[in-house]
Amino acid sequence: MSVALWVVVPYIALTVFVVGHVWRWRVDQFGWTTRTTQVLESRLLRLGSPLFHLGVLAAIGGHALGLLVPKGWTEAVGVSEHAYHLVSVTAGTVAGVMVVAGLALLLARRLTSPRVRRTTTRTDKALFAVMAVVILLGMAGTVGENLIGGGYDYRATIAVWFRGVLTLRPDPSLMTGVPLIFQLHALSAWVFLAMWPFTRLVHVWSAPVAYLWRPYVVYRRRTARPGSTR
Amino acid sequence: MRVLAQVAMVMNLDKCIGCHTCSVTCKQTWTNRDGVEYVWFNNVETKPGVGYPKRYEDQERWRGGWQLDRRGRLKLRAGGRARRLLNLFANPDLPQLDDYYEPATYDYDTLINAPAGPHTPVIRPKSAITGDDMAITWGANWEDDLGGAPEHAHGDPNLAAMAEKVRLEFDRTFMFHLPRICEHCLNPACVAACPSGAMYKREEDGIVLVDQDRCRGWRMCVSSCPYKKVYVNHRTGKAEKCTFCFPRIEAGQPTVCAETCVGRLRYIGLVLYDADAVLDAARVADPRDLLEAQRKVFLDPDDPAVAEAARASGISDDWIEAARRSPIYRLAMRYRVALPLHPEYRTLPMVWYIPPLSPVLDAVTGAGADADDPDNVFHAITDLRIPLDYLASLFSAGDTEVVAGVLMKLSAMRAHMRARTLDGAVSGDLLESVGMPAADLEEMYRLLAIAKYEERYVVPAAHREDAAALSAQAGGCSLDGDGGPGMSEFHPAALTGRRTDGRTGLKLFVGKGGTP
Ligand code: HEM
Ligand code: SF4
Ligand code: SF4
Repeated sequence: MSVALWVVVPYIALTVFVVGHVWRWRVDQFGWTTRTTQVLESRLLRLGSPLFHLGVLAAIGGHALGLLVPKGWTEAVGVSEHAYHLVSVTAGTVAGVMVVAGLALLLARRLTSPRVRRTTTRTDKALFAVMAVVILLGMAGTVGENLIGGGYDYRATIAVWFRGVLTLRPDPSLMTGVPLIFQLHALSAWVFLAMWPFTRLVHVWSAPVAYLWRPYVVYRRRTARPGSTR
Repeated sequence: MRVLAQVAMVMNLDKCIGCHTCSVTCKQTWTNRDGVEYVWFNNVETKPGVGYPKRYEDQERWRGGWQLDRRGRLKLRAGGRARRLLNLFANPDLPQLDDYYEPATYDYDTLINAPAGPHTPVIRPKSAITGDDMAITWGANWEDDLGGAPEHAHGDPNLAAMAEKVRLEFDRTFMFHLPRICEHCLNPACVAACPSGAMYKREEDGIVLVDQDRCRGWRMCVSSCPYKKVYVNHRTGKAEKCTFCFPRIEAGQPTVCAETCVGRLRYIGLVLYDADAVLDAARVADPRDLLEAQRKVFLDPDDPAVAEAARASGISDDWIEAARRSPIYRLAMRYRVALPLHPEYRTLPMVWYIPPLSPVLDAVTGAGADADDPDNVFHAITDLRIPLDYLASLFSAGDTEVVAGVLMKLSAMRAHMRARTLDGAVSGDLLESVGMPAADLEEMYRLLAIAKYEERYVVPAAHREDAAALSAQAGGCSLDGDGGPGMSEFHPAALTGRRTDGRTGLKLFVGKGGTP
């Protein structure tokens, strides 16, 4: 059972995530978009979208830090467990509140603006549902265990297991003693990752940083390969 | 000098009767689809009026086009690159659907399905976006022929810049129609604003397009175009714009809007220009110098040195020949009667306009004078500040001299042809006063009044050996895909996933608007 949950599920999700992206990139350039709805509703979006996005980007950064950086490393540079805990819980809570508030606004917008509601697809609905579950479980874990409760050192268990999954040395036993709320958060996150390539979330990989140094006006000539920029 | 060719258009506004045929045929061809119900690649607005979308000319509000920064460098009005990337999550300058209008349809079925009864069944307007009942309160040309102008037209940003007195008087003095398409600018703000590099200007003919496969829906082009001629398809989440009917142009045919124009007032032809001179022209300090600066970017195709340089940059002889016969070059450069729309946006637009003389003539007649007498008209042109100021704010960054000069020429042309036809007498004074020889005036008359099809449209076909590559460059058809114009008909590719370009084209995730 624990192998199924903490080894099989992650690898299925990761495979779908990777293969799904490759497949979608090759087959569906036309569908690769944010699918902006700002012309339909702007007021709530202008509040909700930046809140949500900045919060999510911070949260992703936090996850990377918490899950990928071994505890030994931070301690080696002199960050005590207490200091780390303090920073991660405060920053995590701030980011989490931004994400939740932003998501609430985006959801409210999807529900209350008839124009946005009617143009919401089934994929959008599934995405929002799963995303909300992941985020709420994550928040519940952070607030319930770490802020109110005694504090849970996930870097001794979850993070080690997660790095094991990535380095192909998964150890399901690490996850068995983890509080239920974190277990559920991790499981729902795998579902979320598996959905990712099939939703509008693919826009994340197209974040246009190259724009910062590109020449302003783009010309294209027939000798250029179709689809390339000069 | 790097010579490029640009397909350009001139519209003779005196002849526009505001029939909207151009808009309708364009819509049937390009935007007759879900997701772009509200989009008019070609629209015709009544001036004075707020336009489509509302008050799009108010760049304080929408921040489209370019401006000079304190050090005189060219910068998008919406801010620098980093600043706009930070605004990606929500674009502060994006027009809303209500700034265009909420598209409506009718529940036509009611007419057929209503049970028999004493009353004729009535159909009700339904929003084409939500399907709900709606009241139609705005449209792409709601104030057609100044309808409702006393209530709305003072919102026209061009009037706002003028004196109080003018604002109250305009509806008694003049009105004209302004047909608009994308300007296919030499310095396109839309292309410069596109974060993913999906928008491009074709080197072959200057047409500005959106690569539908590379657009990621950041919608920065929409707000950065000062003419608001890029639109969001709210179903695909991607940008779409006027294509200058490139498949027709490549085949040597005029655009649909030009071909079907009832007034036969549109001209299409090539202009050769120096691509290296574009940015310097766009950043001259005084906006009133922009017109002359842009003219300097254009190259004289009769100049052997230009022809030589054109050949060196790969422009073929038949294209150079077409550039020599170009009605655009004649109207803009030789006769100098065509002017760019809002040169102060600094995009160097390539759809130019011959400003209308009719507002002045109407005013002369209205004052009880004879509008056929050139003296009356000349006086009216200079005395009637109202139409002149207004036209200048549209076509010459406020320089009334320029507009007055053009109107004088148009008026002199009429007087000259009239005198010549009636008694053969040609007035030297008249010709001198506008600085045009009789031969030029007569040629201009042929082009403007007789307006033969072959003279209006001088469109050299793309070379057959290149045509295939040109189309491929646009990804088969740049708009071919679910929700694209190529998909408005039954398209087997939607079922088989096989596309003409050899790739698989399954469309799974772009949902249908309205049917979640
Ligand atoms: C990396 C930089 C990112 C950029 C530049 C970006 C940009 C955008 C833009 C422009 C939209 C469209 C908003 C609209 O006009 O309707 C959008 C929507 C969205 N983005 Fe992002 N995004 C980024 C990262 C992310 C990440 C990391 C996530 C979550 C994992 C995310 C989740 C979403 C969602 C759920 C929507 C839909 C919002 C709605 O329509 O209600 N984005 N994003
Ligand atoms: S008028 Fe056309 S080419 Fe010019 S900025 Fe607007 S969309 Fe771009
Ligand atoms: S078809 Fe010609 S005359 Fe009619 S509105 Fe369009 S531009 Fe004007």
